[in-house]
Amino acid sequence: MSNVALKGDKGNKIANRQAISETLLNLAKENKNILVVTSDSRGSASLVDFGKQLPDQIVEVGIAEQNLVGVASGLAASGKKPFVASPACFLSMRSIEQIKVDVAYSNTNVKLIGISGGVSYGALGMSHHSLQDLAVTRAIPGLDVMMPADRHEAKKMIEALVEYDRPVYVRIGRNPVEDSYASDNYDFQIGKAITMKEGTDITVIATGETVRIALDSAEALQQEGIDCRVINMHTIKPLDKEAILKAAEETGSIITIEEHSIYGGLGSAVAEVVSQSNPVPVRILGLPDEPAIAGKTAEVFEYYGLSVDNVKKIAIQMVRGL
Amino acid sequence: MNKIEFLKRKATEIRKELLTMIYEAGTGHTGGSLSNTDILTVLYYHIMNVDPNNPKWEDRDRYVQSKGHAVESYWAILADKGFFPKEELKTFSQFNTRLIGHPNNKVPGVEMNTGALGHGLPISVGMALAAKMDRKSYRVYTLMGDGEQAEGSVWEGAMAASHYKLDNLVAIIDRNGLQITGSTEDVMSLEPFGAKWSAFGWEVVEVDGNDIEQLVTVLENTPNVAGKPTLIVANTVKGKGISFAENVAKWHHHVPSKEEYQLAIEELSKQLEVQQ
Repeated sequence: MSNVALKGDKGNKIANRQAISETLLNLAKENKNILVVTSDSRGSASLVDFGKQLPDQIVEVGIAEQNLVGVASGLAASGKKPFVASPACFLSMRSIEQIKVDVAYSNTNVKLIGISGGVSYGALGMSHHSLQDLAVTRAIPGLDVMMPADRHEAKKMIEALVEYDRPVYVRIGRNPVEDSYASDNYDFQIGKAITMKEGTDITVIATGETVRIALDSAEALQQEGIDCRVINMHTIKPLDKEAILKAAEETGSIITIEEHSIYGGLGSAVAEVVSQSNPVPVRILGLPDEPAIAGKTAEVFEYYGLSVDNVKKIAIQMVRGL
Repeated sequence: MNKIEFLKRKATEIRKELLTMIYEAGTGHTGGSLSNTDILTVLYYHIMNVDPNNPKWEDRDRYVQSKGHAVESYWAILADKGFFPKEELKTFSQFNTRLIGHPNNKVPGVEMNTGALGHGLPISVGMALAAKMDRKSYRVYTLMGDGEQAEGSVWEGAMAASHYKLDNLVAIIDRNGLQITGSTEDVMSLEPFGAKWSAFGWEVVEVDGNDIEQLVTVLENTPNVAGKPTLIVANTVKGKGISFAENVAKWHHHVPSKEEYQLAIEELSKQLEVQQ
């Protein structure tokens, strides 16, 4: 298993959507079957440049998310490799039946990229927050679910997905996110969790933008004399059960942290595995069952305890039995 | 036997086959399957280029059955064409069958899983768009129900097809006027129906959807206008071919009793004698 101890640059200004768009553009130049399909969302998906450079490989359907996914499935059934980019809140909810039937059940090679997910739409409120998408997509048989930690992983994930002939939902945020990796020079495999830091006292399992919080928490815990393992679960489905059970066995307790409702996301997935095979204490950090408050991602995270201080506090409680 | 006579006879045989399937399975959507039998017969035995020995042949015409519940005529035709053994029709709706009550792409010849209404047109738009991108000449046909027209996604697809000038796309509405609760006009009125599609940029053609000759003429002549998708309003009779099922809403998914089944088979057999 990879052990990527080096953390990246905190000052990164490149958002995952930008990294994805650039990666797709490079790949699509070599393969005319790679298409992006958007619902008046090329601006928010950073696809303006893609559309200018490869106008024949971008399909616009307007603000019509059911049609968006249906059209993509028809394109895929005809040999194309469509990447659908649309706000996660609408993509995962408004067109969920098309995702279930036309994509997952029909097994069409559609890649769904939910952009501006979690609370990254800030003050726009519950209609635009996407905090249930992992729960919803995870429950659909035949659909894989992924979240990249940073721009490096976003690039590697897209490169892997172009070669991966299965339906997938990928959720990313809107804004630049602090790097979790120093570079893209590491081994990325779909369905294989990455141990970002070894540790023996407790494990924090994170996904997406919370991976960086987990890494910083482990560093803070080190100063308290607690050796914390950090696992990046970039693929939430299929879940790397082996990495979870190994962590349960070797570190005794687990904290999960995610930009998602506490219902049905990463924490639930981890708890499902642990409870059935090796019950150890699991604390699920996420957003509560209520419309999230408005604010910048960092402010909202702080408010709901998706923070280094809170992870540290809980880890100390769990490890020392306080 | 000329082509028209052959198609008429074939449609009656398919009606007998699907009725037997439904009767033996004890479940099915009888009325809608009988209403669209003539349309499917003309498509599969006269219009579409498909190869049962090579169902994934790249240049094949595509058919997406959006009104997925009326699957029985579809199964009967695919079996008769040789996409899978006819014997398998006996498994319709039985335990662990692949011939379930909706189109299922585990079955050779089926392009996409459907069943949830309002999905077929967007899927077909994607297929027709892919054909344009690849400069392929295959056509995409989709069959929708009239009750299905209440789904918003139908109109999202309609807009996109016209926007992309998909003259390789033909949508057919099985306009039998009845849905499960009763008349389409009582449940959610559609008229003026053709005008709605015209306003969305489609070339609209109206036809008697149970008249083989008319269907052949209309379908042979699509696309009617270059740069425009074609919408065929096929006026049909729900339960067509069985006198006591015709235009009766309850036959939407009524399974015939033993007596009804025997009477229906007798009627269809007589029709076949005339068509001999």
